[in-house]
Amino acid sequence: MAVAVTERPVMLWSGFWLTVVLLILVGSPATAATLPEDQVDMLYHRYDGGGMVIDGPSVLVRKNLGAQLSVSGQYYVDSVSAASVDVLAVASPYTEERTELTAGIDYLYQQSILSLGYTNSSENDYEANTVYFSVSQEFFGGMSTLSLGYANGWDTVRERGNESFEEEAERRNYQLGLSQVITANSLLSFDFEVITDEGFLQNPYRQNRFIDPNDPTGFEYQPERYPETRTSYSLASRVLYYLPYRASIRAEYRFFSDTWGIDSHTYELAYVHALNPRWSLEGKVRYYDQDQADFYSDLFAFENSQTHLARDKELSSFSGVTFGGGLVYEWKQTSLPGISRLQASLLLDWLEFDYDNFRDVTAPGSFPAGEEPLYSFDAIVTRASLILEY
Amino acid sequence: MIKALETALPVLALVLVLLATSGCSDIKPWVKPYERDRLADPVMSLSRHGKASSYMHHVYQSRESSRGSEGGSGGGCGCN
Repeated sequence: MAVAVTERPVMLWSGFWLTVVLLILVGSPATAATLPEDQVDMLYHRYDGGGMVIDGPSVLVRKNLGAQLSVSGQYYVDSVSAASVDVLAVASPYTEERTELTAGIDYLYQQSILSLGYTNSSENDYEANTVYFSVSQEFFGGMSTLSLGYANGWDTVRERGNESFEEEAERRNYQLGLSQVITANSLLSFDFEVITDEGFLQNPYRQNRFIDPNDPTGFEYQPERYPETRTSYSLASRVLYYLPYRASIRAEYRFFSDTWGIDSHTYELAYVHALNPRWSLEGKVRYYDQDQADFYSDLFAFENSQTHLARDKELSSFSGVTFGGGLVYEWKQTSLPGISRLQASLLLDWLEFDYDNFRDVTAPGSFPAGEEPLYSFDAIVTRASLILEY
Repeated sequence: MIKALETALPVLALVLVLLATSGCSDIKPWVKPYERDRLADPVMSLSRHGKASSYMHHVYQSRESSRGSEGGSGGGCGCN
């Protein structure tokens, strides 16, 4: 039954996708599309909060081969040191590393850009492979840009300390984007994405709890049990407006819904202010709010009380707020040998998450089961980026 | 949601067909290429920070159930 729920929108979406691809191939009054610039994009990223520290480098190199082809490669690392509330509740702190490699080709064909890529993400207990394909085309005198994307991912899930455990998961992404010039000062864009998953979709380390009057803590843990299919839909709109001085304001809204019963709303407002031709400041505020999955509970009434069981806090009902700021230095037509443009940025974000029905079992003190304080945490995200175009 | 999709997708396809063929109609592009200097300014870019922008999508995807429609280059995260 769950499979039928997954297949129907995919068929609809495939038909729609075919219509639009045909539309592009048949041709429309288009303007010249351009390939991305040759560049090196270097990033140091660090996430620190909720007992987790994750940092590492990212390097992307892009090079044009002739007038029609651009190739790129990216190397990305997450070094994880984990002692989050989920880990401390049922396991011990650990460290691990995730390495991600991506190779991509962008091909300029008439007025379209066709992109093809492959990503491999590897860590000691999780392997993910993704192939993606996208088409992007400008039309209506360059005032409209339509893009379509498809990605297919295959994951292998393993568990440390349990050599016999190995599960698979498959994921498909269908993306549609439309960007529209409204006036000489404003842009509007829409994005729609359907994602389907099938297979082992839960985290093998996480557990949920149920009331057990015989246990001194008042509860006992049992394994998580998620559905084996999931389909999600998201629709986003973004508006960008150039102010009367050299600055811009951006507003975004995204609606999300999935077959697990989760609905969410994301709101973001951002401001970029040029101090002079090279230096600019930026700031943003983001608010996120989601409902819980149908099969989520912080504390189940008894063991195996329903078919699907989850106490993963990402599936609970919660809200999050982000305040971000950054300083950007941009040097066009540099006098540096071989470098045509340089951009250096330092970006800081402060995130806070407040959970409505996920309780902190690690909180100091003695509480009856189900009456522990609600969990919340904050985190600082640091990004130092250097982009060199050559 | 699926019922909404059944209505929304054909309507969206029709709008796109109309948009794509509007070059043949009386509606002409009203913002000329030489009027787009402000739109081309980096302060108006949705993906100004390159990989630093897509990194934030990864941060949120790992902590929230929502995913998709992040804007900018897509292709799937390839990570969990």
